[in-house]
Amino acid sequence: MTASTADHPTRRDFLFVATGATAAVGGVAALWPFISQMNPDASTIAAGAPIEVDLTPVAEGQDIKVFWRGKPIYISHRTKKQVEEVRAVPVSSLIDPATDQSRTKDGHEQWLVVIGICTHLGCIPIAHEGNYDGFFCPCHGSQYDASGRVRQGPAPLNLPVPPYQFVSDTKIQIG
Amino acid sequence: MSGPSDYQPSHPALKWFEQRLPIIGLVHSSFVAYPTPRNLNYWWTFGAILSMMLGVQILTGVILAMHYTPHADLAFKSVELIVRDVNYGWLLRNMHACGASMFFLAVYIHMFRGLYYGSYKAPREVLWILGVIIYLLMMATGFMGYVLPWGQMSFWGATVITNLFSAVPYFGESIVTLLWGGYSVGNPTLNRFFALHYLLPFLIAGVVVLHVWALHVAGQNNPAGVEPKTEKDMVPFTPYATIKDFFGVTCFLIFYSWFIFYMPNYLGEADNYIPANPAVTPAHIVPEWYYLPFYAILRSIPNKLAGVVAMFAAIIVLVFLPWLDSAKTRSNKYRPLGKQFFWIFFIVCIGLGYLGAQPPEGVYVVLGRILTVLYFAYFLIVLPLLARIETPRPLPNSIADDVLAKSGRKAAPMVSAVIALVAAVSLLAGGMGDARASEGQENPPSAKWSFAGPFGTFDRGAVQRGLKVYKEVCSNCHSLQYVAFRNLAEPGGPGYTPAQAAAFAAEYKVKDGPNDAGDMFERPGRPADYFPSPFPNEQAARAANGGAAPPDLSLIAKARSYKRGFPWFIIDFFTQFQEQGPNYINALLQGYEDNPPHGVTIPEGSYYNKYFPGHAIKMPKPISDGQVTYDDGSPTTVAQYAHDVATFLMWTAEPHMEARKRLGYQVFIFLIIFAGLMYFTKKRVWAAAH
Ligand code: FES
Repeated sequence: MTASTADHPTRRDFLFVATGATAAVGGVAALWPFISQMNPDASTIAAGAPIEVDLTPVAEGQDIKVFWRGKPIYISHRTKKQVEEVRAVPVSSLIDPATDQSRTKDGHEQWLVVIGICTHLGCIPIAHEGNYDGFFCPCHGSQYDASGRVRQGPAPLNLPVPPYQFVSDTKIQIG
Repeated sequence: MSGPSDYQPSHPALKWFEQRLPIIGLVHSSFVAYPTPRNLNYWWTFGAILSMMLGVQILTGVILAMHYTPHADLAFKSVELIVRDVNYGWLLRNMHACGASMFFLAVYIHMFRGLYYGSYKAPREVLWILGVIIYLLMMATGFMGYVLPWGQMSFWGATVITNLFSAVPYFGESIVTLLWGGYSVGNPTLNRFFALHYLLPFLIAGVVVLHVWALHVAGQNNPAGVEPKTEKDMVPFTPYATIKDFFGVTCFLIFYSWFIFYMPNYLGEADNYIPANPAVTPAHIVPEWYYLPFYAILRSIPNKLAGVVAMFAAIIVLVFLPWLDSAKTRSNKYRPLGKQFFWIFFIVCIGLGYLGAQPPEGVYVVLGRILTVLYFAYFLIVLPLLARIETPRPLPNSIADDVLAKSGRKAAPMVSAVIALVAAVSLLAGGMGDARASEGQENPPSAKWSFAGPFGTFDRGAVQRGLKVYKEVCSNCHSLQYVAFRNLAEPGGPGYTPAQAAAFAAEYKVKDGPNDAGDMFERPGRPADYFPSPFPNEQAARAANGGAAPPDLSLIAKARSYKRGFPWFIIDFFTQFQEQGPNYINALLQGYEDNPPHGVTIPEGSYYNKYFPGHAIKMPKPISDGQVTYDDGSPTTVAQYAHDVATFLMWTAEPHMEARKRLGYQVFIFLIIFAGLMYFTKKRVWAAAH
């Protein structure tokens, strides 16, 4: 044994390193399917395709909740008063500064579309409640205004706006 | 596990921990410093292979359970969704399903090795009995796992096996009702089998710990069967046994991967791709290959109770083996008669396995009885008798002497034994193919398929044309419920773009609802929708088709098969032939004849088809020349239609086939390179020991 190690020390080392490295590469590669299977499967992804929502039945001052990718989406038909209020707030005073204009679509400012999931820990805020004429989260008391912007903690961020566009004046496509 | 360890870690934190829980020392003394006989051959690596297989089965099983639904109405579908939609779901399922067979193959080799080298003899009786317990638990686990996909074989296998207990006098019926949780195999049965199938592997793992513990107390047996005497007889487990085991495991993985990637259905039953139907029993109920020898024993005894008793006795007799064989010499290498009888017994077991797959009639019954007698005779007569009359050859003085005597000789016996084993297993598997035989039937001719072989891919044009034929002809009666429009745009399929698939979907009307008013309504199809069924329910399908509901076509290419016969089933294993389904569909569509041959009468409302089992098919000739127009200039003949539809249906049956073969190719390249590296590493490491 001693003779063989002395004769070819590098060859021996190279062999062991190569085998070990190959085993490591194979082991890591073999992990991938076991992790990847946890991701949404093809039918779940397909079911998350864009949806269309007809806005005609939603009267001023009302809102509806629809589901997209398993998430509740609030669609509020805001009153003039609400829109004026949220646009009058100085942006710099907000926890997560954003203008109402940036959270709605031009020419459709009466419509607010937000994902109704509290940015604190994921409860669903209640519409038309709280001190800001917007949303109130019953779990830990976060408050949002009529633009879905957080006004009082513990939530750190505004309610997110999902990707959507108006396909006509009375119809939006979410997703 | 071999006494208190003298292992002392050097790091103070580890030292602190080790004083409170000496687990590192336990691992060190059991798997690093543990002395192992230096003359172990490769049959001894099957212990490590089995540990790996148990790990693979538990890991893949837990993952499959995350996606599986244990409900009689949803189980079959959920398994299909795993294979079709879950990322790498097809791989995980193949690993688990083929893994069961590999696990049993390895355990049989492990057991025959123990039998040959007398590993059950003192002081290893408890070790052996723990092994028998593991084997019994494996059989129960394997059986319940086979029920979970809830196909025809699952359902009827469950019915037949649970009915074994009805042979118990007086309480039989009540026991069976208790097992079922109902008056027949049904949803409660499926639920409890799922729960137990999840539980038992952990029990197995527990008994494996005891098995290894007992092994480390008694020490390993070895091919010479003499106890180690001096230090020179042994080598430390790590690196010597570890590296050898790893090499063995790698070689086994190559064999296992052949099934996972290229022959996933070779050991399975086509009938299990038909959802469970309590109203129809398949023509031949065959258990999985690993139960076949015991199934043959059960059937060869013409009395219900006695048959069941004999079947269980065939396993229980193993428990008493250490006392039935009282010969002093352990290894059959030194027992001239024992060796011969061992091989006869081996052939008897294989023969029983073969017979278990044959229909229980004629010469098979007689042969089954003879082999059953021989099976028991080996344990109850031959072994006790040999212990008295046999003169063993002289044993080597020590393990070291055995190693010296052997060095210079080649490992030819090992190679020939491996060849014998492969042949034996293919015989069993092929026997199963035989059992699917339909009597007096001509096999469909083998057509040329672009998707055959290790590098096969679907001919996009053929899949597209087949889809057109399905849409215009087949879909009037046959549903395609596991295929969604989005699948048409997935890689490895007909090769449409997502926009084309969406446009195709929009041509269909799909029922949806209820809407806000509570009404169901129709809307154009979307990519996420599945092909709508032509009939609202099975009864309507039956009523509209003269009493025979047209089967769903999604899986038909895997749910239909025919026997290939000897020696084809062996050749098929190597050539990866698995196109029985497409061949059958292709032949069936062209097999209509207006005038049945002389002597064959076809009942009213049925039609003569050369390739339909029994020849009387309820489906009238579905398609004639020129019925469907092709835009790509392909001939509009029945032969072309049949070929295209068969290609399309092969794709619907296995939409990820191309991914399977492609990944298989990569895995094989990796494993072969790795096995080569392992081989040289092993040689290097062992060079020090010789
Ligand atoms: S989750 Fe809404 S306040 Fe905590």
